[in-house]
Amino acid sequence: MKYVDEYRNKEIAQKILRQIKGISEKKINLMEVCGTHTVAIFRNGIRKMLPSNINLISGPGCPVCVTPISYVDEIIALSRKEDFIITTFGDMIRVPGSTSTLEKEKTDGADIRIVYSTLDALKIAQDNSSKEVVFMGVGFETTSPTIASAVLKAQKDEINNFSVLSVAKIMPPAMKALLEGKEVNIDGFICPGHVSAIIGSEPYTFIATQYKVPCVICGFEPLDILQGIYMLVKQIEDGRAEVEIQYERAVKPEGNKIALDKINEVFKMVDSDWRGIGNIPLSGLEAKDKYGKFNARKFEVEIEETREPKGCRCGEVLRGVIIPSECPLFRKACSPENPQGACMVSTEGTCAAYYKYN
Amino acid sequence: MKEDRILLSHGSGGKLSFNLIKKLFLSNFNNPYLKRLDDGAVLNIEGLKLAYTTDSYTVDPLFFKGGNIGELAVYGTVNDLAMCGATPLYLSCSFIIEEGFSLNLLEKIVSSMRAASAIAKVDIVTGDTKVVNKGAADKIFINTSGVGIVKEGVNISGSNAKVGDVVMINGPIGSHGIAVLSEREGLKFETEIKSDTAPLSSLVADMLEVSKDIHVLRDPTRGGLSTSLNEIALSSKVDIEINESDIPIQEEVRAACEILGYDPLYLANEGKLVAFIPSEIAPNMLKKMKKNKYGKESKIIGRVVKKSEGKVYLNTTIGGKRIVDMLTGEQLPRIC
Amino acid sequence: MCLAIPGKVRKIFDDRTAEIEIGGIVKNASLELIPQVSVGDYVLLHAGFAIEVIDRGKALEIFRAWEGKVD
Ligand code: SF4
Repeated sequence: MKYVDEYRNKEIAQKILRQIKGISEKKINLMEVCGTHTVAIFRNGIRKMLPSNINLISGPGCPVCVTPISYVDEIIALSRKEDFIITTFGDMIRVPGSTSTLEKEKTDGADIRIVYSTLDALKIAQDNSSKEVVFMGVGFETTSPTIASAVLKAQKDEINNFSVLSVAKIMPPAMKALLEGKEVNIDGFICPGHVSAIIGSEPYTFIATQYKVPCVICGFEPLDILQGIYMLVKQIEDGRAEVEIQYERAVKPEGNKIALDKINEVFKMVDSDWRGIGNIPLSGLEAKDKYGKFNARKFEVEIEETREPKGCRCGEVLRGVIIPSECPLFRKACSPENPQGACMVSTEGTCAAYYKYN
Repeated sequence: MKEDRILLSHGSGGKLSFNLIKKLFLSNFNNPYLKRLDDGAVLNIEGLKLAYTTDSYTVDPLFFKGGNIGELAVYGTVNDLAMCGATPLYLSCSFIIEEGFSLNLLEKIVSSMRAASAIAKVDIVTGDTKVVNKGAADKIFINTSGVGIVKEGVNISGSNAKVGDVVMINGPIGSHGIAVLSEREGLKFETEIKSDTAPLSSLVADMLEVSKDIHVLRDPTRGGLSTSLNEIALSSKVDIEINESDIPIQEEVRAACEILGYDPLYLANEGKLVAFIPSEIAPNMLKKMKKNKYGKESKIIGRVVKKSEGKVYLNTTIGGKRIVDMLTGEQLPRIC
Repeated sequence: MCLAIPGKVRKIFDDRTAEIEIGGIVKNASLELIPQVSVGDYVLLHAGFAIEVIDRGKALEIFRAWEGKVD
């Protein structure tokens, strides 16, 4: 596959590694914010290849993991309503709410369908005009333009039985919250490549200027990640703090203007709850009033009382404060077959990655 | 949340299945044959070594590129016998059919079972038919059992892997999984991916001609290569290392995995086997396997490195190393 | 959940969707987010949408930087 295979070249990987080893002896903590990075790092065995002074910390960039339990309960409540179809990306189906999951609701007869695209969800709405079709709007800036597009298309084609239950989130405010929290010492951020393809590099500038923490926007193939780490280590060693783009083949400094316009047309920024981090000002997206009829919050549902899994330390894992093996439940009461928290359910969850690959 | 019901994942061939078997079935039916958790049991009956196995088949869709449920039902059981080192001889076959199922389709399935048993040189000698109410079964389920004879001197089991053994596979992985999935998910291909559904008994017979000293044979069906290797590592109490860049995989299968966020190591195969053999006989074995129709793309993919509690490691393409776990839960598509 | 895969644009249809080929697999995707795209371009595919065009020149830079380098 072009633009994939070349970036898995062993010789170049080893070359970059040798350079990384050469430039710094300092103890360095780098956070990969994005869950897709976490998976790529583990799958390629990158952590163990790095010199021991460089420590990678997984951050809050798995959308499934940071989605609050109350939201899962909300969608489960909707799924129990007569004549409702819930459409969702596969990632969400096993995430535990307070007492159930969508997978279980499906076993009990709820109409829950996995889709690959918001457009598939729209199509389901068109094909089932007597039912309400709700799309589970989970994701970061990579995904939100596709949700916005679906809403705009629903408006244009008058598909009025389509709606979105949005918990779409924005990445940079969460990074800020982590820096403000000061629980972990972050020396550099491996910034999410595909989020940045949409938002560009500007939204991270404050991290470099105000907090003096270097940022490198990174691709997802092993060479991308290694080069990104190299660039970060170099910045640290040079005493610089800048936002650099490693993933230049896909990320422009200004991002994707059309995609951003669509987000801004449909959504407004709202305060949003992040599991493990809490409420972060202006870090979420909710449909503007003029698109209110496509906002699934128009439906009345009774949501059960939120019950957090006892003893689960997902929050600290998501903030990078502890690693999963420091959670007493890890590999004991909590495993992918019997997950306690979302970090163990999601393929991109940090606990699942440690469980599977470490 | 504690599970109090059976989930789909209990049947996916991964960890949950493994636990169900160990905790419920093995503890109730406990005996030395079952305990080996091999693909079939090898029974000693008055001096004769008889291999005996059973499997039930459900697949959606019933007909897919490269095969159908009938062929699977014959080859699957034939392969389970072959994995014991047996020459498959006789099968039983029982159908559970949903009321209203098309007779025409049933005829198609049965006739491909006839053709498959001719190719695999087995006879279907006994059977049963049940029809259940509409909705009580999904179209058609088929169960087949089979018996075969294991030659003297052959002792193949998942618990026989030895340090120094070479791990071999007879061709590219994952095509069955992707063929079935693509039909369900509507993936389009330039060149179609066909299921690798195939009988492996002739290949195993060829291999046993080279040497009877084959330690382990296993067909990585549901749960894929990684689950089979993990089962073997656990039963034999050894660590296994495989090399990512040596594992054969078709470009389209790999691309489908990238798109869906799947790991090809967990995809189902229906015509693949992994063999653990002493390294001295590996070159000859490989030569012989490559001459067989179902072993043309055979490759050495790894080796058994040491005695331990039983872990599988992957040396990644870029020179890293990581653990390969059993499948946990059905793989679900991530998005791209 | 931010998986995106590069693929080649093979056909562009009137409704601003395109046929995109990824390692022998053909997928349809919306071009709504990147209208300035031509057949033969490589794009990043995410959740049924092409979200960005791959810059061919920039894609080679990593190799230019490292291939000749002796350490
Ligand atoms: S191991 Fe399980 S219980 Fe512990 S933090 Fe992770 S998901 Fe929560």
